[in-house]
Amino acid sequence: MKLTLHVWRQKAANDPGTFEKHNVEADEHMSFLEMLDVLNQTLIEQKKEPIAFEHDCREGICGACSMMINGRPHGPLNGTTACQLHMRHFKDGDQIWIEPFRAKAFKVVRDLVVDRSSFDRIIQAGGFISVNTGQAVDGNTIPIEKERSSSSMDAAACIGCGACVAACPNGSAMLFTAAKAAHLGILPQGEVEEDRRVLSMVTQMDKEGFGRCSNTYACEAECPKEISVTNIARLNRAYLKASLRSDL
Amino acid sequence: MKILDGKVPPGPIAEKWENYKSTIPLVAPNNKRRLDVIVIGTGLAGASAAASFGELGYNVKCFSFHDSPRRAHSIAAQGGINAAKNYQNDGDSVHRLFYDTIKGGDYRSREGNVHRLAEVSTNIIDQCVAQGVPFAREYGGLLENRSFGGVQVSRTFYARGQTGQQLLLGAYQALSRQIGLGTVDMYNRHEMMDIVMVDGKARGIIARNLLTGKLERHSAHCVVMATGGYGNVYYLSTNAMLCNVSAAWRAVRQGAYMANPCFTQIHPTCIPVSGDYQSKLTLMSESLRNDGRVWVPKRKEDAEAIRQGKKSPNDLKEEDRDYYLERRYPAFGNLVPRDVASRAAKVACDEGFGVNPTGLAVYLDFAAAIQRYGLSEANTQGNKNPDAETIRILGEAKVEELYGNLFEMYEKITGDNPYKTPMMIYPAIHYTMGGLWVDYNLETNIPGLFALGECNFSDHGANRLGASALMQGLADGYFVIPYTIGTFLSNDIRTSRFSADSEAFMAAEKAVDDRLKGLMNIKGNQSVETFHRKLGHIMWNYCGMARNAEGLEKARTLIRALREEFYKDVFIPGTDNDFNPELEKAYRVSDFLEMGEIMILDAYNRNESCGGHFREEYQSEEGEAQRNDDAYTYVAAWEWKDTSTEPVMHKEELKFENVELKTRSYK
Repeated sequence: MKLTLHVWRQKAANDPGTFEKHNVEADEHMSFLEMLDVLNQTLIEQKKEPIAFEHDCREGICGACSMMINGRPHGPLNGTTACQLHMRHFKDGDQIWIEPFRAKAFKVVRDLVVDRSSFDRIIQAGGFISVNTGQAVDGNTIPIEKERSSSSMDAAACIGCGACVAACPNGSAMLFTAAKAAHLGILPQGEVEEDRRVLSMVTQMDKEGFGRCSNTYACEAECPKEISVTNIARLNRAYLKASLRSDL
Repeated sequence: MKILDGKVPPGPIAEKWENYKSTIPLVAPNNKRRLDVIVIGTGLAGASAAASFGELGYNVKCFSFHDSPRRAHSIAAQGGINAAKNYQNDGDSVHRLFYDTIKGGDYRSREGNVHRLAEVSTNIIDQCVAQGVPFAREYGGLLENRSFGGVQVSRTFYARGQTGQQLLLGAYQALSRQIGLGTVDMYNRHEMMDIVMVDGKARGIIARNLLTGKLERHSAHCVVMATGGYGNVYYLSTNAMLCNVSAAWRAVRQGAYMANPCFTQIHPTCIPVSGDYQSKLTLMSESLRNDGRVWVPKRKEDAEAIRQGKKSPNDLKEEDRDYYLERRYPAFGNLVPRDVASRAAKVACDEGFGVNPTGLAVYLDFAAAIQRYGLSEANTQGNKNPDAETIRILGEAKVEELYGNLFEMYEKITGDNPYKTPMMIYPAIHYTMGGLWVDYNLETNIPGLFALGECNFSDHGANRLGASALMQGLADGYFVIPYTIGTFLSNDIRTSRFSADSEAFMAAEKAVDDRLKGLMNIKGNQSVETFHRKLGHIMWNYCGMARNAEGLEKARTLIRALREEFYKDVFIPGTDNDFNPELEKAYRVSDFLEMGEIMILDAYNRNESCGGHFREEYQSEEGEAQRNDDAYTYVAAWEWKDTSTEPVMHKEELKFENVELKTRSYK
C-alpha cells in the first residue's frame, strides 16, 4: 500500500517544529514502527536525519513507544500500543499524521521523543511499599482474596507510556497516578502507608505541571492497557480521606 | 592458558552458602556511607542490586540508557518465576530445583552457584509479595503455581502473562524509594562507554549522556554490571531492540573474560518471521506448552497443501497429525526443555513438514485444551450433558483467563484468531547463557568489577530452564551481591574517594571520544542497520540452532570481512556531540561484530553437543545431543585483547560432587 505520512520534526524543546511530508510504501504485515524503520532506512540512504522515535520491546509492554497517530495516542486501535499496531489497519492512499505526545509536563526531546521523567518522580514521591530487602515474611502468610489481587493486577498493568496524559485535554496524569495508588492500596501489604502515599504522589503530580482531572475519560479510552477510570474515583476518595487527617 | 578458580566455598553443598554468608567480611554502616558503588543497568538484577545497596547505606550511582529505569527488557518476561516453595506438596525442594537446573543446563554450570540460587529462590517470592507484586492467587487467597518446561513439579509463580513486568515494577519501586531518599543517584539516558581501571581495579566508568552526547567521568570504589545478554548479535531475536553487549564487551576489552559465549538459547515458541522488513521476533510464553499441543502434518503432501493455502489445519483429522514431541518424548511430552523442543521443530521443518509459506513454522494447538476445560467447567456448573457449542464457549473462556493476553498479542501481530485455528510458531533466539566469567562472589577476573543476571554466565550452564531468568536476576541483585560485595569493599574502607579527574579517567575519556569520532568520520554509504542484518544472517546460519566445524570456519572469515567493510563503509548521520540514536546503534553493532567472532570460536572449540549448543557432528542416531564429559566438563573463558591478537581460552574445570553426570533424557 502507498501512504502519505506527515511527521512532526522538531530539533529540540525550544525549536518551533513542523510537519514533514513523506511518501512510503508499506506491507500490511508490517508493524507501524517497522514502517517507520523502512522510512528511516531510506532517509539514511539519502544522508538525511532519520526520524527520532522512542521504542524498545516492540511487544507492547516496556512503554517506550509514544506517538500520536492521526490525533490518537498509539493510533486508531483500542488497547494497542503503537508498536503492536499493524499496517493491515490502514488502507492504500491513507494520509497519516504522526506527532509526539503533547503535554506541558512532557517536553519534546527530538521529533517524536518526549521527556517523561516526571512520571518517575511521581513514583519516587511515594509509589512504593516501604520494605527493605530481607524484611519480608513468608509469601503465604498474607492471604489475599483472588478478586482483590486481580483488581490490583488490573491497575498494575500500567506501562507508564503517558498516553493518558497525551489524551487528556488538561494534560492530567491522574490515571497514571491513580493506577499506581490502586495497585498498591488495594493490597493489604500496601494499605498501611496509603494515606501518606496518595498525599505525596498527588503533591508531586501537581508540582510537575500536570493539569487537573475534569472527568473526560479520554485517558481510559486511549490507554493501551485499558486501565479503568474507577481508579481515579478511588484515588479521589483515598486523597480526601488522607487529607482529613491532621497528623500527616 | 590459565586455570580459573571459581572460589566456591568448602563444605557440604547445602551448607556452603549459609556458612560462607556468616564469614564474609562486613562493612560497618559508618563506612558504607563513605563507599561509592556504580550499578549499570536497571533490569531485575540491576534495579534490585541498586535498591538493596541503597538500603544498606552505600552511596550508589545507577545508570540506564533508557529514559526510565522501568523499561529494561526484564519487563517483557511473560511466564513466571521459579521458587522451591513446595506450596503444591508435589515433591519440590531446594535440592530438586538445584538438580533440575543442573540437569536442564546439561551439566555445564557451577554446582555451588546453582545450589545457592535454589536456596534464595524462596526469599525472592516473599520479598516480591511484600513489595506488592500481584501474583496469581487461588480462591483461598494463597499463591498459585503452574508448571514449566523441563520439570515435573509446579513451582512457577506468575502474574498473568506479565510476570517480568510486575517483578521489575517491584524492583523499580524499591529503587525509586531509594532515589527519593537520596541514597541512589539515578542517571537515565546515560550509556556506559568504558570501565576505568586504576591500579588494576575497576574504579569507575566513562558514560555518555545520550541527550547531549557529552562524555562524563564517574568514579567509585567498585562497578557492578547488570547489563543483560547478547541475543541481538543475531539481529532478529525476542530481545528488545536496544539490548546490546556493549557494556560487557567493553569490560572484555579491559581484560574481563567472556565465558561460554556459544551457549545461546533458542526459544521454541515464537511468532515466525513474516518478511524482510522484520525488526524483531515476538515470543509466545512457554506456559502455552502446558495446554498447547505441538504438531505438524504426518504426510508431506498435506504440509505442502497447507503451505500453498489449499488446505487448512482444521481439515486434517487427528490421525493425520504428528504430535512429534508427545511421540518422541512421552515422559515430558510438550513440556520438554527449550533446546529439545526447538531442535525438534527444526527437524520437522527441515524434513519438509513446515506449515507456513516459508516452510518454517509448526502448529501449537489449543483445541484439545478448550475441549477439556469446557467439559470440566460444564460439569462444575452441573451440566452433565453439554453440547459442543457450550463446551467450546466455556473452554475458550478458561483458555482466555489463562492466556488471554498472549492470544490477543498473537492475533494483533498475525491477524489470525488462535481460538479458531492453531497458532503457528518457530524457534527464535531468546536468551544467552554465556556471559562475563564470574566467581562465586559474582566478581569477574577484574578486581572490583561484578556482573549480575543475564550478563554473567554462572547459573544456567548450556541451557536455561523456563522461569529461571527472573529467579537468577533477582537472586543476584537482592540476595547475593549485597553480601558478596563485602569481600571486595571491606578492603577499601580506608580508601578515600577517587578523583574522576585523574590521568586514568582523562585517558579513558579521550579513548572513548576518539573511538566515537572515528566512527563518525568513516562517512561511508551503508546504514548501521544493514550491517547488523548481515551479521545476524551469518550468526543464525552458522552459529544458530545447529553448528558444524566447516560452517563455523566459514563464519569466522565472513564476520571478519564484514567487520572490515563496516569500518570502511558505515554511514552515521548527525554528530557525536548531540542526541544521536544512529551513533548509539553504530557503536553497539561494532561491539557485536567482535562478540560474534568469539561466539564462533567458542562453538568451534567445543567438540560436543550440549544444551543450546548443537554440533551436528556430535549426535546420536536418534538425533539427540551427545556430550563429551571427559573432554569438555569445563567453562571456556575467553580473553580478547584486540582484533589483531588471537583470543586466548582459559578454563575453569567443573566439578560435580552432588549430581551424577547422565545423558539428559526426557523420553
